[in-house]
Amino acid sequence: MTPPTAATAPKTSQPPELPPTDPRGHTADSPAPRGATPAPRRQDGKAAAFLLSPTLIVLALVIFYPLLSAVGQSLYSSDAGLDDQGFVVQGDVFVGLQNYAQIFAGPESARFYNALWNTTFFTVVSVALETVIGVMFALMMNRAFKGRAFLRAAVLVPWAIPTAVSGLLWRWMFQTDGIVNTLSGAQVLWTAEGMAAQVAVITAEVWKTAPFIGLLVLAGLQIIPEEVYEAAKLDGATAWQQFWSITLPLVKPALLVAVLFRLLDALRMFDLPFVLIGPRKESVETLSILAWDSANQLEYGMASAFAVVLVVYVAAIVYVFVRLLGADIFTSSDAATPRKRFRRAAADDAVVPPARQPGARTTTHEVKQP
Amino acid sequence: MKQRRSNRPFAVTAIVSIGALALTGCSSAASSESGDPQSFEGRGPITYVSSPDSSGAAQETIDAWNAEHPDEQVEWIELPLDADQQRQQMVQNAQLESDTYTVLNLDVVWTSEFAANRWIAPLPEDELPVAEMIPATVEAGTYADQLFAAPYYTDGALLYGRSDLLDAAGVQMPQTWDEMQAACDAVLALPEAEGMSCYAGQFDKNEGLTVNFSEAVTSAGGTLFTEDGQPSVDTPEALTALNFLVDGFESGMIPEKAITFQEEQGRQAFQSGDLVFLRNWPYIYNPLSAEDGSSEVAGKFEVAPIPGLESTGVSTLGGRNLAVSTFAENKATALDFIDFFVSREQEGQRLELSSRAPVYGEYFEDDDVVSSLPYLPTLLGSIESAQPRPKTVQYGQTTAAIQDAVYAAITGEQSPEDALAELQVLLTSQTASQ
Repeated sequence: MTPPTAATAPKTSQPPELPPTDPRGHTADSPAPRGATPAPRRQDGKAAAFLLSPTLIVLALVIFYPLLSAVGQSLYSSDAGLDDQGFVVQGDVFVGLQNYAQIFAGPESARFYNALWNTTFFTVVSVALETVIGVMFALMMNRAFKGRAFLRAAVLVPWAIPTAVSGLLWRWMFQTDGIVNTLSGAQVLWTAEGMAAQVAVITAEVWKTAPFIGLLVLAGLQIIPEEVYEAAKLDGATAWQQFWSITLPLVKPALLVAVLFRLLDALRMFDLPFVLIGPRKESVETLSILAWDSANQLEYGMASAFAVVLVVYVAAIVYVFVRLLGADIFTSSDAATPRKRFRRAAADDAVVPPARQPGARTTTHEVKQP
Repeated sequence: MKQRRSNRPFAVTAIVSIGALALTGCSSAASSESGDPQSFEGRGPITYVSSPDSSGAAQETIDAWNAEHPDEQVEWIELPLDADQQRQQMVQNAQLESDTYTVLNLDVVWTSEFAANRWIAPLPEDELPVAEMIPATVEAGTYADQLFAAPYYTDGALLYGRSDLLDAAGVQMPQTWDEMQAACDAVLALPEAEGMSCYAGQFDKNEGLTVNFSEAVTSAGGTLFTEDGQPSVDTPEALTALNFLVDGFESGMIPEKAITFQEEQGRQAFQSGDLVFLRNWPYIYNPLSAEDGSSEVAGKFEVAPIPGLESTGVSTLGGRNLAVSTFAENKATALDFIDFFVSREQEGQRLELSSRAPVYGEYFEDDDVVSSLPYLPTLLGSIESAQPRPKTVQYGQTTAAIQDAVYAAITGEQSPEDALAELQVLLTSQTASQ
């Protein structure tokens, strides 16, 4: 690159860096200008953008590039043939959407729909169980009792163990002469195919991740003021009514975030069925395992197509989840809907006066002082 | 605004889906230009790429080489223990045409894939001591009539049997499937054999199943692929073999739980006295004879070649070979190093540290060696008649198809006839597309 001349350099670099300051345009943007603070905010934004730019570059490198590269790769197929001596003549051939056609309607489709069903089934069942058990954990841990600290630490253990390791642990317990069969007295072939294998995977998954939901919900529970419950008790609310009308609504934001995270995680489930039951077992094969399997067979085009389909599927599920339940994680201040903005403004009003009051008080105090 | 809102989940899901993408992020635009494959030129430092070796035997060989060759040092690159991951790293190295890896330690079943893709260079047969090695092991390193990999160590199947119970019932180690059934009938009638099952191998859906099925087919007089590489699994011999397994599960000769057995689960079952007979590799001989109380069967078992339909069965060949990466530098050094590594002297010295079977027949009959590893003479018989697993370029697809079909049959999902007919069609289309 030739260095820009002194004449051209400012021309190209200046306009985006020094946009004309327009206080009026800015005030129109901000929902409720208060006091003298709004003017420097725009420059704050620039500083923030500057400080964030390394992060954005890293994100672009590690997320958008691989994502685009996978999409590109999914349009190719390795066209391996053998010459007469038996050596591979290879080249990547552009096949357009043929890989996707194979996934949805070709010979791969039966395996794909089975994996799609397994992925969805595992996600729905395990996340539902985790949520119920996790909330129960949180309610227990939120009570004051002897040994609570120990229980909290103990609950964390499953979450701290790497999934592949817990897969091995459970495989060991679920093998034919393992502890599960010994305790139950039955001879169930957990690590073979079928319903038993699915139960094994879901058990291990719920064991591992219910604590995660439990801890997030616990954090939500701890900010509910005790007075609310006291008032409810005075009104004669039963424990169930207290849970249903106070705890659940107030803990909902934390719970939804926890469930959303688990949803994202469970849809990508790979290591647990892979280690616990094994690859290419029909009853536990997930979309991630399909992608791995194709990559392992050196069919990178097909593997990328599976991965892209998985990304789209995860995105769609999450979008629906966010839309239906209104988990408020993706909305930032400027993308809020009018109703939310109103709520936010109200919240600001509620917050700001106390924030200013100390200042006001000090001034009055200072005035009083002399 | 709505637009923007709906974009956010996509960005976030992109973050969390990175794991799936990472699996596929590598490009496969490898061309196979390797120049003259016969030229072994260049001297200097090289690398030896293999799985970890806990016995320390391979390290001794490398140290011995390094002491003698100060200008041609060998550096050991250790790959993960898992064979699939080893293969994946070697394949990636080849697809990037990187010169990082020089000498590759390959599982015998990878030879065809690596050779056909020209990821490994054909070796000059006359410069290596292959003429003195067990022919089956050399055959396993050969592709398209060229030697691509030098045998390092070898492996074959053995039938482990409970000698104490066989003696009590007055029967011998069996040579055929019928004899095995008869021996089991006699043994299981004994009061001390209560709760035991007859026979197990490796029947979980993984490579072990391909090995066991392949052995059953060759032991019944068939082959999975014909001489010219066409699949031949829809044959009476293959059906007899598959029925041996399917009927075994149905009649209870093979216990129901053996459907979950890989090598280790089978060893545990035999070691805790649940089985009369077990098909496994030689490596379990040491843990089974452990005198520290961990083995219930120490001193109570013996080994024999695996049984077959009409006489002794035919084992599938296991083991490891050494090959030279096409993209490596200093190939002359690499060839000398392989020659040194697989030489008779080094194989003999390593034998003291590791119980891996050497590729020279003479060690199997050496009295000193046999006194410490008493299964060797039996193993030699097993290896000399052993058949390599299917030599196909895309071995991963082949073994997957075989596992699918056999597993469906032994779990009762499909009749053996249908499973084999479908497998034949699938393998034929795979072969045609290659």
